[in-house]
Parts: sequence; C-alpha cells; structure tokens
Amino acid sequence: MSRLAVPKTYKLYIGGKFPRSESGRVYEILDASGGFLANAAQASRKDARDAVVAARNAVSGWSNATGYNRGQVLYRIAELLEGRRAQFIDEIVASEGVSPSVAGSQVDEAIDRWIWYAGWADKYTQVAGNANAVSGPYFNISVPEATGVVAIIAPQDSSLIGFVSAVAPALVAGNTVVVVASQRLPLSAISLAEVLATSDVPGGVVNILTGSPAEIAPWLASHADVNALDLVGASDLDWISLQIAAAETLMRVLPPESGPDAALPSLARITAFTETKTVWHTKSLI
Amino acid sequence: MSFLEYAPAPESTALLNLQSEYGLFINGEFVAGSDPTFSTISPATEKHIATIAQASSADVDAAVKAARTAYDTTWSRLSGRDRGKYLFRIARLVQERARELAVAESLDNGKPIKESRDVDVPLVAAWFFYYAGWADKLDHAGVGPNPRALGVAAQVIPWNFPLLMLAWKIAPALAAGNTVVLKPAETTPLTALLFAEIVQQAGLPAGVVNIVTGAGETGRALVNHPDVNKVAFTGSTSVGREIARSLAGTSKKLTLELGGKGANIVFDDAPIDQAIEGIVRGIFFNQGHVCCAGSRLLVQENIHDEVVERLKTRLGTLRVGDPLDKNTDVGAINSAEQLQRIRTLSDIGEAEGAERWSPACDLPENGFWFAPTIFTNVSTSSRIARDEIFGPVLSILSFRTPAEAIAKANNTPYGLSAGIWSDKGSKILAVADKLRAGVIWANTFNQFDPSSPFGGYKESGYGREGGKQGLAAYLAPAAFGSSPTALPVSTSSALEGADK
Repeated sequence: MSRLAVPKTYKLYIGGKFPRSESGRVYEILDASGGFLANAAQASRKDARDAVVAARNAVSGWSNATGYNRGQVLYRIAELLEGRRAQFIDEIVASEGVSPSVAGSQVDEAIDRWIWYAGWADKYTQVAGNANAVSGPYFNISVPEATGVVAIIAPQDSSLIGFVSAVAPALVAGNTVVVVASQRLPLSAISLAEVLATSDVPGGVVNILTGSPAEIAPWLASHADVNALDLVGASDLDWISLQIAAAETLMRVLPPESGPDAALPSLARITAFTETKTVWHTKSLI
Repeated sequence: MSFLEYAPAPESTALLNLQSEYGLFINGEFVAGSDPTFSTISPATEKHIATIAQASSADVDAAVKAARTAYDTTWSRLSGRDRGKYLFRIARLVQERARELAVAESLDNGKPIKESRDVDVPLVAAWFFYYAGWADKLDHAGVGPNPRALGVAAQVIPWNFPLLMLAWKIAPALAAGNTVVLKPAETTPLTALLFAEIVQQAGLPAGVVNIVTGAGETGRALVNHPDVNKVAFTGSTSVGREIARSLAGTSKKLTLELGGKGANIVFDDAPIDQAIEGIVRGIFFNQGHVCCAGSRLLVQENIHDEVVERLKTRLGTLRVGDPLDKNTDVGAINSAEQLQRIRTLSDIGEAEGAERWSPACDLPENGFWFAPTIFTNVSTSSRIARDEIFGPVLSILSFRTPAEAIAKANNTPYGLSAGIWSDKGSKILAVADKLRAGVIWANTFNQFDPSSPFGGYKESGYGREGGKQGLAAYLAPAAFGSSPTALPVSTSSALEGADK
C-alpha cells in the first residue's frame, strides 16, 4: 500500500520569515495539464509594504558587508541549490510539464548563473569604477555602490531561471529586493526562499511575494522607499503606468524583456542597480 | 576708502560683437522662429541685451529632422578620429574666444566675471578637449566592443551655468557619435547662440548641432518629439519628474541631473580656515545657483559658535555687485522669478524660527539682488533645511557624533553632493562611504572636472555626466541582447523547455 504524500503549504517570504498573506487569500497553482497542484499565498498591498519595510531594514547590513563576504554568501546559495536539485526538478516537471532532463538542465543553468553573479560581488567595482585624472591636486575616485531597495517583477514564463536571473544581479552590489514571483509558476521561487532561509543571507535581503503581479506591482512602483524597479517580467502588465508611477520618486527603472533572452547574465544588470559615487580629496602641496 | 573698498574694475564689453537679434540655429544656419520673439536681459541691470527667437513645435520638428538627417548622412558615417578632430577644433575655438564668452555669460546670467572667466569657460574648453579624445576610443567606454551611438539627442539645460551645461551635454553626445538638438534656458540663451557661431567656424557638418531657444513649451516639444533617441535634462526635480513620466513606455534613453540639498559637514578636527573658505565656496559660489551647492552646513556642536562667528566675519568681506567687475564675489540673481523664490523661502525660514543674518551690503537699485544670508538655529524639519532654495542662503545645523552627521546629511530626498571637513583621513573615508550622494568633496567643495563623473542619487536624478560614465550615457551596446557576458552559453535547451 502506497504511502500518503505530505503536500507543502507555499507561503510568502518576508523578512526571513514565511508568513501567509495578511489578507488570508490563496490562489490555485495548476500543473501543466490543469490539475490542482497547490495553493499559493496571494499577496496583498500590505504584504508588499511589509516586504519593502523588511528590505529597507536589511539594506545597511547587506550593502556594508564586504564584497568577499557577499560573494561567499551568494555562493553558498548555489551550494544549497545543488543539494536540493531533485526538489526543484520535481516542481518544474510538475508545473511546466517538461521532462526531468529539461527541468534538470534548467536547474543547472540557474545554479551556474547564480555562481557567475556570486563571483562578481568583489569585482564589479573594479570593472565599473575608476580613478579620475582631474587637473588639480586631488585624489579622485568613482565607485559604484548599491542603490538600495529593488522591486522586481520576475519573468512570468519561467520557474527558476527567470527568477534567479532577475534576483541574483540585484543582490551582488548589496541591494535588497522585493520580488513578485511568476504568477503561474511560483513553486521554485518559494522553494528558493527555503534555500535562502537556511543559507547565510540575512532576513529581509530577499523578500518573495506570490500572487497577482498586476495587483501588487502598482504598490511597489509608487512606494517612496523603493529605489529601483525591474520590470523584466512585466511585459503583460500595464507597465507604462508602472513607469509613470515610478517617476514620482525618480526610481531607476529597467524595462520589460521577453523571450528566451530575457535577463541574460550581464554586468549591466548589476550596474543598473548601482549609483556611482565620486569622492574628491585634497592632496597637500609638498 | 577702507581697505575693503576697491575702485570699480569693470571688464570691458567692447570685445562683444553681439547681434541685435538671434534666430534659431537649425541645420547649420540661423533661421527665424515661428513664435513671437522674446528679450534676454541682464539680471544686473534689467537692460535688454538681444532679441531671441522662440521655437514652436514646428521649429523643433525641423531641428530634429536636421539632426536626424545629419546623423544618417554624415555624422554616423564619420570615423571616430574625425569626430574627435571636430571636437578638438571646438575646444580651441572656445579657448580663443574665451574672454568674449566669459563677458557674454556674466552679462546674460549675472554671475561674477571672475567665475565665468576662471571657472565656466575654461571648463567648457576642457570638456570638449576631454571628450574629443574619447571619440576614437569608444571600445573602452565600458559598454562592450563596438558600441553604437543612440541617434538624435534632445538636451535641455538650465540657466545657472549656461555654456558649461551646454558643454556637458554636447561634448559627450558628439564624441559618442550622436547629433543633438539643445535648448538653452529661457533667461540665458546668449552663449549658446555664440556657441552656434563657433560650430560654424569649426566647420561642423550642418545639422550635427542644433540650438532651439524658447521656454518650457519648446523644451516639452523637444523631449517629447517621437524621433528623439536620447533625452538629457538638467534642471529642477519637478520638471525631471515630468520628463520621466512623459518618456514612460518609450525607448528613449534618459539621464536626469536634478536638484540637491547638499550637506557640508564640518568636524571639530577640520582645518578651520580652509573650511570657512569651503563653506563660502559651497554656497555663495555662483550666487548659490548650483544644484550641488552645500546649502546645509552641519557643524560639530563644540565648534559651532566659532565657525558661525568666523563665517560672519568672512561674509563681511564678500563684495556683492556688478557681475562684470573683476572684484565682485557675488553677482546678480538670475531672474525676478528666482529672486522671489529665494525671498519667499527665506521669509519662511524666519517664520519657522530660524535666526537670519546677512552682512551689511549695499545692493544696486536695478536688477535682481539678494544679500548673502545665513540661518542659524535651523531645525531639520524646517523648509529651509529641506527645500532647494537655489540662492545665496545657507542653513546651519549642528551635530555631535559622526553617526548623527551622517543621518542628518542623508535625511533628504535628494542625493547630489556632500562635503566633509576633517584632518583625519580615515574618518573622511568612513563618512564618505555612508553618505548617499553622487559627488563628495573632502576638504574642498564645488570642484568640477571633465574626467570626474557627476550626478545624483535618489531624487537628484540618474545617470552621470563627465568621465567614462558620462560617455556611456550616450552609447548603446553593439546590438540588443549582446551583453558583456562571460557565462558559457549552455542555455538554449534549458530555455526551450521553459517556453513549453
């Protein structure tokens, strides 16, 4: 007689904890053939705001950690992802209906991308920063640093690769993120939250919301404590209105991308969420 | 005559050979504008200088068409080396006509001749010289190999550094291979029109640089023109917001250099003599019409009274008056409108309980003038500690610990500049790390250089001007989708799966 399986409750991930939506709402996640797979929390405006508060509180610790430290913490996530490979493959197979080998190659690619970004944490300042030869007795240096809280609408047609490709680059420089997962394919995102919770990433650095991006995104785009908005997965939303809302606080905004090339790994995805700080210091005349 | 009184030493305006009326500069020629002309005046005397054309949306369209044609037919086909040579020519012409440009700038803007002569115009030449050398080295601009120009750039600049802001916009744009349509500020169009003559003298292909004069409507027509690929704006945060909103959903690349409320932090171990000079330079340079001005002075509590006292003594020696006089330190406020704003905010400061002080100084009867002013006992919630005044008004606050200084400095929606004064290098570097501002001056203030990126955090805008970063703002990667990635591309099969 076969054993009765124990299904998982998929919840939100805010401030290092796994709350249900304060609204009490859930929505059904379906498998590839339309059958019931799970109930996911349907995040509300208040959940989004709570997530921004958690993200803001985490900015100082994460952005002031050394690049070497952030790199190791991010690498550790890849290690844990590798250990949970089977779980991610199962979820991708169930929700996307692909073969285990296709799902496996997706997980592998996601892990490799994560490692690629982890390695940038103590290097991007060298590549994107510079010493400036000003015409005067000054030490002058320009260095990129984290912009702060980044709100992300994750790619909607991908379980894991899209999510990782949007979240990892924002973390490299020390930003904290509030990310709205794929509405249809959120299971990998929540499982990734379990990885994050057991890794060394401080609570609040990554906050994950599931539910309706169309409902949540406007609250993030108009939130005065969000510094940047990545609309990579927002092509099916009214993203122009989101851009207009984001203009109110001069948010840094990345436009929607679609297709298999969305959010390809690049240094530009890291520097998009940085600010260049230029410091002048006098040199004495000796 | 006391030792502080000087005989007048006005710079001669004889070398200015102004026309009585200026048209729009479109496709290499001056043409009449369609809308009614307006007058540009000297803010020091309110006297008429020249009649200026006002560009209608049809004129703006003609300018954008000229820029597009020039981009398609000449400029984008020119080698980087030759683009660079044109920019070097411009740099030299600016140097040759430096005095004339400085006089015109002080006349039209109201800034002291020693600033236009020693700061603005030399930096204009430096900016063109610096970016000229970039034109054939774009592979090193940081956007990957074979970057491409964006196309036609729409540029709208403010009145505080009219010719310098023009250089900040036009030099990197042309070096990167773009053509431009630039709108100078309504109250300071003169030097941009002289620059148009320089463009002619340099033999730049027609349409590469177009100058359209006018007010807000002209600017709106320009940035919203559908055939523009890039918008660069320097000015107020409210207009920056409006532009960001109106560009939503377009593919136009946008950089914004907006307002500020810079903190100038003086620690008790600062070199006080230099700090006093730096405070003065930070807020009274260019009448405080500087987006990166150090308009909030944060002084460590134990030296507060001493600093205020010495500052008052120093302000007593500032000479306010004729911008064309070589001894003038503080010139005229640029416009009646701006003067009104400064007066209103200063009155609010007083009403909110801050203590107002200005040195005794005689202000000319005509023109727009505001005496250097400091406020003590300013609370962090006061309007004069939060709003950008954009005038010669300094708000002084105190702090006890570095942590408090940092918290107060960052307590603003802006994030353009900050200053730190201390003789302790390790303290300066630690504080600089924690300040949320794009430009930080340690033991100096209001320094600018074409190789040094400039721009803000938060609501002070985005993008950088100056340096490699300022060049990249006018470039795109070789082709869409090709990013500087080093990750082995093993993604295709995995992503096909994701599409199912």
